[in-house]
Amino acid sequence: MTDARPIISIRDVTKRFGSVVAVDSVSLDIRPGEFFALLGPSGCGKTTLLRMLAGFETPSEGEIEIDGQAMSNVPPNKRPVNMVFQSYAVFPHMTVHDNVAYGLKVTRVPRAEIAARVEKALALVHLDGYGGRRPDQLSGGQRQRVALARALVKEPKVLLLDEPLSALDAKLREAMRLELVHLQHSVGITFVIVTHDQDEALSMADRAAVMQAGIVKQIAAPGDLYEHPNSRFVADFIGKVNQFEAKVAGVSGGRLAVEIDGVGRIDVPHDGAASGSICIAVRPEKTRLSKERADGDRIQLRGTISDVAYYGNESHILLDTDAGVQFTTTVQNDERRTESSFIIGDDLWISWSPADTLVLVD
Amino acid sequence: MEDWRKDRLAFTIFMAPATFWLFVFFTIPLALVWVYSFGERGPQGQTYLAFNFENYLRAVEPIHLQILVKSIWIGAVSTIICLVVGFPVAMGIAFAPSRWKNPLLLIVVLPFFTNLLIRTYAWIAVLRTRGFVNFGLEWIHEKLGLLFAFVGLPGVMGEFEPLELLYNQYAVVIGLVYVHLPFLILPLYATLEKLDRSFLEASLDLGAGHWRTFLSVTVPLVMPGIISGSLLVFILTMGNFLVPDLLGGTDSLMIGNLIAREFGAARDWPFGSALSFMVMYPVFFFFVIRALAARYRPRQGEI
Amino acid sequence: MAEQAAATAPATARRKRRRRREVNPLDYLRQPWMQITLLISFIFLYFPIVTLIAFSFNDSRRNITWRGFTFKYYEKAFNNVALHDAFINSMIVAAWSTAVSTAFGAMLGLALYRYRFPGKGPYEGVAHLPIVIPEICMGVAMLAFFAAVDIRLSLFTITASHIAFTIPFVAVVIRARMAGFDTALEEASRDLGANEWQTFWNVTFPYMVPGLVAGALMAFVLSLDDFVITFFTAGVGSTTFPLKIYSMVRFSVTPEVNAASTVLIVITLTLTLIAMTMQSRWTKRQQE
Repeated sequence: MTDARPIISIRDVTKRFGSVVAVDSVSLDIRPGEFFALLGPSGCGKTTLLRMLAGFETPSEGEIEIDGQAMSNVPPNKRPVNMVFQSYAVFPHMTVHDNVAYGLKVTRVPRAEIAARVEKALALVHLDGYGGRRPDQLSGGQRQRVALARALVKEPKVLLLDEPLSALDAKLREAMRLELVHLQHSVGITFVIVTHDQDEALSMADRAAVMQAGIVKQIAAPGDLYEHPNSRFVADFIGKVNQFEAKVAGVSGGRLAVEIDGVGRIDVPHDGAASGSICIAVRPEKTRLSKERADGDRIQLRGTISDVAYYGNESHILLDTDAGVQFTTTVQNDERRTESSFIIGDDLWISWSPADTLVLVD
Repeated sequence: MEDWRKDRLAFTIFMAPATFWLFVFFTIPLALVWVYSFGERGPQGQTYLAFNFENYLRAVEPIHLQILVKSIWIGAVSTIICLVVGFPVAMGIAFAPSRWKNPLLLIVVLPFFTNLLIRTYAWIAVLRTRGFVNFGLEWIHEKLGLLFAFVGLPGVMGEFEPLELLYNQYAVVIGLVYVHLPFLILPLYATLEKLDRSFLEASLDLGAGHWRTFLSVTVPLVMPGIISGSLLVFILTMGNFLVPDLLGGTDSLMIGNLIAREFGAARDWPFGSALSFMVMYPVFFFFVIRALAARYRPRQGEI
Repeated sequence: MAEQAAATAPATARRKRRRRREVNPLDYLRQPWMQITLLISFIFLYFPIVTLIAFSFNDSRRNITWRGFTFKYYEKAFNNVALHDAFINSMIVAAWSTAVSTAFGAMLGLALYRYRFPGKGPYEGVAHLPIVIPEICMGVAMLAFFAAVDIRLSLFTITASHIAFTIPFVAVVIRARMAGFDTALEEASRDLGANEWQTFWNVTFPYMVPGLVAGALMAFVLSLDDFVITFFTAGVGSTTFPLKIYSMVRFSVTPEVNAASTVLIVITLTLTLIAMTMQSRWTKRQQE
């Protein structure tokens, strides 16, 4: 798959709205058949980027190619992409059938073919028999399926989804995630989804681009984003993380020695260069709490429990540490207990393996 | 919203003055004219109560019916022109960048706040035989004449004959369109402004061009605004009195002028009342229908 | 070869520049045809009024070619006693009808915003009728009514009619204003110990003020400008400014009429602009 020509190629694309730079010289390739996510907080430029792919915004600079064709002078109605809107934008004055048929009708597909393709598209999203309904007789989830069918019936090269799950309630959202992944597998079309929800991106996408303030910070598979974030922003945005300011003391042979206030000098694996002030971080679930000092080469520091937050399946333990940083650890509640074994005010040792340490230079 | 029974005193204090005033100075007069419309005119122009349909029958006699039909016709033509001119303007403003919207709206609304009479009068100066339009035409005529003389065809253009632009139904239509254009632009703008852009984007995204999107998506979705705006303009133009009075001629007598004449010089109030209600019955009818439709629609959605 | 390169270079530059214009598909205002349509419409809307105003300063009775700037028609209009009296009559009528209709209309708008009551739909329908029925119908109804109850036509009959047709406009403005009101503010006030009366004056009323100002200015302008209803409810000695202009207009088109009209235009436009700037300032402050 890696050797295939990218289906979408974005080259140095910048979009300015007046003096605001919404997208700042972004370059990225999306491969055919990929489920690609644009992930970031609101206002990071991900929706603008998606709208530029659809043709609703024109780049201020740079070039977008879809399936090898430059899109700079191609209007939205001539692009081989279709979009599922955040609000679904299901036409309220048309029936479900007419909504799905609309894109075929306006491009003069023969009537007999329209009927067959609409039926197939509705079956694909499990809305068989709903053709005669009006949108105001549908639930939010059903309306979204209509929007999906309406876009897929056009057999686009790429399906663009703008926050498709944000308007659904929590239970339905989770079910739809799986369904979207299955749908993508069965139709084999490239999906590009915009989301601010990291769980959504991690659970659905093959690869994701994390954006901040118009800049793509990292493009990687979900596992890599979580386990090997390349910056403080990505580490912090995707999952929880404990961060320490550190001074580089020395680099040698794939190891990095750093000095952290209140922890001392530690030695962690790291490829590449680093100097000056950097950030050392660790995921809460990679850490362990103990009464006694842990053995071996684990990194250790002392902390006092300041708060215990109970979440059912797990608990989050907050500790004040000697390093002056508030530290969070997660503990699995794998046995039924009525009382927490962690009591506020307890002094404990926090430890983690050097291999689980994240070194964040950026 | 609270039930009025929760504080009867406050409710009564707030409702009473306006209700009283509108009842005495609006509802009663209207009811009186309605009663008059079934009355009879006395020999000296007095009004006798009679309770028959004579006046209404007279209103549909050919001579009067023709005026009624002409009013409806002029009203309809003016409304359609307002719609054709007003829709692109409303659309341009609704889709303008937000910092441009208010200035553009202001430009549309400002003439609307100048006096109706003055706006109508202004057209007399534009359209009369010695008005600006004819003046401009004469200038062009003169220059063309010079041009023809220059190429060796003197006198081809002949004498300039000023066009009779005033005191006919065309002048009335121009005046009515001019006066009522904002009445249509504003409701159209309001509905277009509320229209979710993603519907139009979805249509473009699915392969429709701008024209197709306009016809298949924009127009159906703003139909309520189109209907209520057109209805309002139609009622106002059809029943207008001042514009045909100032700009119209003998061929453009409208129902408003007829009503004014019956209440004025002709002094046949019962007949004038009947004519006046001939205009108002459709108005009542349309608004009752609209109210019922508004009440019915949300229920449909609940199924 | 060099020639070819020279020929293609400007072409690519042009293409690049065109792309930099960044016209998005729904930016209809950026389309030339839309700009032309708007321009023509605006010319249509302004041409008659602007020429009317311009020629009130024209030093020629013929009113068609420009003969130089003059104020003499304004002087003439100001010295016209009948016009003078008519102006004062208009101001009296507008002031009274504004005061009464603002108070009554605001109370009505507030009650309609706040309360549910049986028959509300039909009540609203009737109360809003003065906005939608043709003015001539209301005018003749008022004439018939005052004749029937034997009230002599005067400034009072004009004012009473103006109040009746401006109340619904004020009520609509107030209701629109109250639609953005957060009822939790009133509940908070009650919760903090204020009684209904105190809550109204300290919380609700201050919120209403911009609506009141807008409604009052609207009522004033409507009353000052009204011709048709006034035409039927005015008697001997109660000629208003528009009525006077009408009788002059019927007679002929003169620069003096233009001057008088310009005065009325300036007054109403000033009031309208004041109302609009006040409102936009209030909404801006609220957004902050």
